[in-house]
Amino acid sequence: MKILVCISKTPDTTAKIAFTEGNTKFDENGVQWIINPYDEWYALVRAIELKEKDPSAIIHLVTVGSADAEPIIRKALALGGDEAIRIDSNSNDSFYIAKQIAAIAKEGGYEIIFTGKETIDYNSSSIGSMLSALLDMPFVSLANKFDCDGTTATVRREIEGGEETCEVNLPVVISCQKGMAEQRIPNMRGIMAARTKPLKVVSPVEATATTSIKKFDTPAAKSGVKLVDPANMDELVRLLKEEAKVI
Amino acid sequence: MVLVYIDQADQQIKKSSLEAMSYGAAIAKQLGCDVAALVLGTVQDNLADLGKNGAQKVFHLKNESLNTLDVKLHSNLIATAAKNANATVVVFAHNINGKAIAPAVAVKLEAGLVTGASSLPNTENGFVVTKTVFSGKAFASIQIDTPIKVIAINQNSFGVVAYENAAAVEEINIPIPAASIKITKVEKVEGEIPLTEASLVVSGGRGLKGPEHWGILLDLAKSLGAATACSRPVSDSDWRPHHEHVGQTGIQIAPNLYIAIGISGAIQHLAGVNRSKTIVVINKDPEAPFFKAADYGVIGDAFEIVPALSAAILKMKSNA
Repeated sequence: MKILVCISKTPDTTAKIAFTEGNTKFDENGVQWIINPYDEWYALVRAIELKEKDPSAIIHLVTVGSADAEPIIRKALALGGDEAIRIDSNSNDSFYIAKQIAAIAKEGGYEIIFTGKETIDYNSSSIGSMLSALLDMPFVSLANKFDCDGTTATVRREIEGGEETCEVNLPVVISCQKGMAEQRIPNMRGIMAARTKPLKVVSPVEATATTSIKKFDTPAAKSGVKLVDPANMDELVRLLKEEAKVI
Repeated sequence: MVLVYIDQADQQIKKSSLEAMSYGAAIAKQLGCDVAALVLGTVQDNLADLGKNGAQKVFHLKNESLNTLDVKLHSNLIATAAKNANATVVVFAHNINGKAIAPAVAVKLEAGLVTGASSLPNTENGFVVTKTVFSGKAFASIQIDTPIKVIAINQNSFGVVAYENAAAVEEINIPIPAASIKITKVEKVEGEIPLTEASLVVSGGRGLKGPEHWGILLDLAKSLGAATACSRPVSDSDWRPHHEHVGQTGIQIAPNLYIAIGISGAIQHLAGVNRSKTIVVINKDPEAPFFKAADYGVIGDAFEIVPALSAAILKMKSNA
């Protein structure tokens, strides 16, 4: 069984979000980079668990990014991927990125493609769905449980107001969220092994971006909290009704 | 034409889809073109009523097999319907189904996509849509450079607008391909307001000290008609079910009112709730970081404040 896990490099969850060059670029100054948490904790770790059950499984990692993505790729390999592919390109356009990954996926003949449910930087939650369309595969989103017998996968997904379990034939694209697996920390053996695991760098395929970022803005700061006397909840209700107009 | 995909759960049209309908109607007005709704499956609502949310026309592909989500199937049918209608803009609600389908439709239409949109497009010079990025900590203005555009609009960011149209309903006929998934089990959480659709949310954190103390929070939610949520430590300790966890790794919500009780306001929690219109923080620690992100704050003992707040709400409602 061949599994492809899509990973993305994102700023750490606590990173300060600021912009430069006339608010057109993310300010990378002092930013710690991590593997997008949904890609790491849920997509990658579930792939590793599947491999632990079936040691013949092969896990490939793919990311679209420049050389500065290599530390997070090595970390993912330390957790348990077998081999990584970096598509040497920098883009913020989901369609472009999905076309790059689809080219790798077509060549690799993967039975399972895992993505995180979204990245914590651009929050587009697009890549999994786009890959499924580009590869003409079924797509199950927001999965929180995944099992597979080699030909059919059983997936539990979030739906409006509950959960649903479905069966789907491989190959399939799955977007992963909380519940799929538990976060792991790479051990020393994994870190040592990751140094010699293959990390292939490939050139992007021909594709055109469909969108471009014109500028960033940060939300207007809250004007400051209005404190209400804990003994006067009638006043809080009045403020919510008359000032905020939310109840 | 602007085509708006109208999404359903349990054969009922979702509020987020009505917002998307009004949003699509506003775009059509801006572009000077027609706007239509697209409904797949069977719904109990009167489809002509979509006119009241801005639709001039409703395309209906009436088939029960389309009542549950199959992305491969739905995206094929929506893309075909969009082509047949010569749609230049296709609008989705950025909800569970919209997030899953819209990107696949964009691929099939060779269209640029913006998900999580938070504004009407600026069409003065190109087609630029603002979306939330960095988990609500910033906005990006994104230009779509393709002839066809696909947009998924954030829930609760564009209200439902009242129109006086009566929409003409037209049944359409597109061959339905074989299903790509088979649903074997459905587990619904009965009687609760789904968090992502809720406009009022009451949420509790470790400050409530244990699951046995949740009664005061549930009473407050009941008095408001609000959905309930919790912080990550609370769901990790199994004090509350996982589907209530809001935050960076849980559900991201943007209700009109978010009341946080005994939640300190770690940055990961804020990432899930900072798009709420109004935030009330109740905490005994005046240094809790959440107060910096709040509109209203109450410093003191939640066990006294929350029941008093419930009583004050019930009093206001009985006077109304």
